[in-house]
Amino acid sequence: MNDEKPAKKTLDLKRRPMPKQDHLERRKNFEEVAFGYPPDTAVEEARRCLDCKKPFCRDGCPVGIDIPGFIRAIVARDFAAGIRKLKETNALPAICGRVCPQEEQCEKLCVIGKKGEPVSIGRLERFLADWEAASGKLEMPEMAPKTGKKVAVVGAGPAGLTVANDLLVLGHEVTIFEALHDCGGVLTYGIPEFRLPNTIVGREVEYVRRLGAKIHLDFIVGTTRTVDQLLEEYDALFVGSGAGLPWFMEIPGENLNGVYSANEYLTRVNLMKGFRFPEYDTPIKQPSKVAVVGGGNVAMDSARTAVRLGADEVHLVYRRGRHELPAREEEVENAEEEGVIFNLLTLPIRLIGDEHGWLKEMECLEMALGEPDDSGRRRPMPIEGSNFLMPTDAVVIAIGNSPNPLIPMTTPGLEISRKGGIVTDEATAKTTKARVWAGGDIVRGAATVISAMGDARIAAASIHKYLTGQE
Amino acid sequence: MYEVIERRMIVPNHHELTVRAPAVAASIRPGQFVIVRPDEMGERIPLSVADWDAKAGTVTSIFMQVGASTAKLARLKPGRKIPTYAGPLGKATPIEKVGTALCVGGCYGIGSIHPVARALKAAGNKVYTFIEARSSYLVYWEEKLGRVSDGVFVVTRDGTAGRKGHIDKMPAMMEEAGVKPDLVIVNGCTFLLMRTSELTKPLGWKTIVNMNPIMIDGTGMCGVCRLSVGGKMKFACVDGPDFDGHEIDWAEFLARRKSYSPEEIDPLRRSSSATHF
Ligand SMILES: Cc1cc2nc3c(=O)[nH]c(=O)nc-3n(C[C@H](O)[C@H](O)[C@H](O)COP(=O)(O)OP(=O)(O)OC[C@H]3O[C@@H](n4cnc5c(N)ncnc54)[C@H](O)[C@@H]3O)c2cc1C
Ligand SMILES: Cc1cc2nc3c(=O)[nH]c(=O)nc-3n(C[C@H](O)[C@H](O)[C@H](O)COP(=O)(O)OP(=O)(O)OC[C@H]3O[C@@H](n4cnc5c(N)ncnc54)[C@H](O)[C@@H]3O)c2cc1C
Ligand code: SF4
Ligand code: FES
Repeated sequence: MNDEKPAKKTLDLKRRPMPKQDHLERRKNFEEVAFGYPPDTAVEEARRCLDCKKPFCRDGCPVGIDIPGFIRAIVARDFAAGIRKLKETNALPAICGRVCPQEEQCEKLCVIGKKGEPVSIGRLERFLADWEAASGKLEMPEMAPKTGKKVAVVGAGPAGLTVANDLLVLGHEVTIFEALHDCGGVLTYGIPEFRLPNTIVGREVEYVRRLGAKIHLDFIVGTTRTVDQLLEEYDALFVGSGAGLPWFMEIPGENLNGVYSANEYLTRVNLMKGFRFPEYDTPIKQPSKVAVVGGGNVAMDSARTAVRLGADEVHLVYRRGRHELPAREEEVENAEEEGVIFNLLTLPIRLIGDEHGWLKEMECLEMALGEPDDSGRRRPMPIEGSNFLMPTDAVVIAIGNSPNPLIPMTTPGLEISRKGGIVTDEATAKTTKARVWAGGDIVRGAATVISAMGDARIAAASIHKYLTGQE
Repeated sequence: MYEVIERRMIVPNHHELTVRAPAVAASIRPGQFVIVRPDEMGERIPLSVADWDAKAGTVTSIFMQVGASTAKLARLKPGRKIPTYAGPLGKATPIEKVGTALCVGGCYGIGSIHPVARALKAAGNKVYTFIEARSSYLVYWEEKLGRVSDGVFVVTRDGTAGRKGHIDKMPAMMEEAGVKPDLVIVNGCTFLLMRTSELTKPLGWKTIVNMNPIMIDGTGMCGVCRLSVGGKMKFACVDGPDFDGHEIDWAEFLARRKSYSPEEIDPLRRSSSATHF
């Protein structure tokens, strides 16, 4: 292969579309929106890859997947080899293929993307993972001989599952402690079924279990047993407890009935299956006019959930413009198709209730965009006197989460940042406490699945070094 | 899965539930709670603990039957397994030597105040307990509370046990008995928590209430258990459940407690959910 090869190959600038549920139909159900590529379409899409000598895409992936490698396998229709390649670096391909912000990562650096649409790396990843699941032949990796070392992992979200996966393969014993009654973290309680079915998360959890992980559910590290107590029994400990503490806006009326954090709203629906109430016991409100405050993935998920719960009108209220929405473009488009009304450049300043403490309207201000702020996005500025009232039965606040405070509160010796996260060394994921590592949202604050997994890989490598006396 | 060791009706509509959960039993402290899910379709509901046996690995709660989940719990038989029994959750009630402590309990709180009284006694305080119930047949654990306190007071609405009346009689009864509490701790139904706080405020008696908002996860993740304390937003599950009763916005709290009432009492729900009880 030489450098000119890409130029010789005719460029196929259009990506293959992924079939999805009709938008009118999907407004009424919680089933997955996108169906995934059929094999022939996957092969066609894979053929668009130029197999660049220097694969820039790979630099865009936080876990450094061998992207040309797995795509080559799809072109050769050797799907088994493809999934094997993927799993060398990514234990959760069915999940990343669905929820990774690919357009910001691997696909952003794809060479074809400069002229046309980048190769659909995420969709191809999803294809291989789903192909493997459908084939029923789950291949197990080669396991290193047992070392007899024991590692405790706090939290069964993407960070915890990834650490467990890596350490088990390296021959260590791993026990995962999870506070909730189900594994998966945000993947299970937050991200809705129509974007990431819980059965897919369950499949990945099952895989980690088959590698030999012991999993204790309903176990709250910090109170059921403290980190220090676990350290008496385990050689090392990884904290992947996530960013579960919801932010509120600190405006009047936030404790009115009818005001929800996105976490409450989504947990009632996803983890507790409120959408199947009364078959399941956890109730969820079904208001007719819902306003979701925020512009990220969490806000998009909440708004689309409200649509599916049967609301007549769902508004997304965001203080900046369309261009500044932090959510994934694909999900913004899905939300628009499903009928979510976007109230951009709008800032809620007060929630107003009736005499029984129930929300009835929201006072907002119109905004204009000024100069870029520290985040690089144009700063929203209120337009004086532009106040207006928006009648609404429910407000879902989706403006962000901070690191879960339970572990920091109960673990002496851990340095905590100003924002409440655990401080770690970037190169090793070590905390300031001996034998304790941390990664994912508990370190970064609300971030992404793949960054949590990236941290986890770094931590696993460092823990392995420590356990095998290489440092 | 967690095995039910005992479940019996202790007084009408109130049940004693003992579950084998060694990890919880080993670490639980007075004032903390557990989250229980009666079956795979069940919601997560919080229950305070009324007693435990770390050696046997068992934990006991008293619960009052109000809706679907507590109805499911009320049908459990010894030997049955329940899918979730997670804890301990919340901060423990601070147990210090304050001098004289008055522990007030009503409905399920007659049970859950017991470990608080016991710990305060062990910490060298003079401890009095005060039980409020509608009638004599709703009073339980009077003797058990007597063993961990220097005196037990009872009021019943109909006067069939102790003094006739309700919690409003408490300040006068304390004065007659010559008890001047340095600390009042209240467990039980919301009205009791609120009313006691209102009574003790003008007296300047420091009052701690064990709050019982609606919860889901109990770990600080969902935000449903939020309440205003001294004008600040707090999450009962991680910042509490104990708070200063004089600082709570009670009107807001009462409204929030009812946020799912329309759903919970929907008659359709009763008939359709009966199928999986
Ligand atoms: C609604 C929503 C949509 C999102 N959409 C996307 C998306 O499209 N793409 C994307 O990349 N990212 C998305 N994210 C972000 C992504 O889900 C998170 O960055 C990621 O899940 C973080 O992983 P984690 O393992 O660090 O933590 P979590 O997933 O938060 O997992 C932490 C786990 O630890 C458990 N835990 C906490 N404390 C304790 C304790 N004391 N003891 C035991 N267990 C404990 C928790 O119960 C939880 O299961 C979204 C987030 C939300 C909320
Ligand atoms: C920290 C904490 C400790 C608690 N300890 C105990 C305990 O030891 N024993 C006990 O019996 N209960 C306790 N509770 C209350 C208990 O969790 C609720 O009674 C229970 O969740 C009701 O569930 P349900 O499905 O049976 O009723 P639902 O069907 O959910 O409720 C029916 C209706 O009753 C209302 N309701 C009445 N009382 C309550 C209440 N106390 N909490 C919530 N909703 C209520 C609700 O608004 C609802 O609309 C505690 C609550 C908290 C937060
Ligand atoms: S894991 Fe995410 S960033 Fe990496 S290749 Fe897959 S989709 Fe791209
Ligand atoms: S119960 Fe969810 S935050 Fe307290």
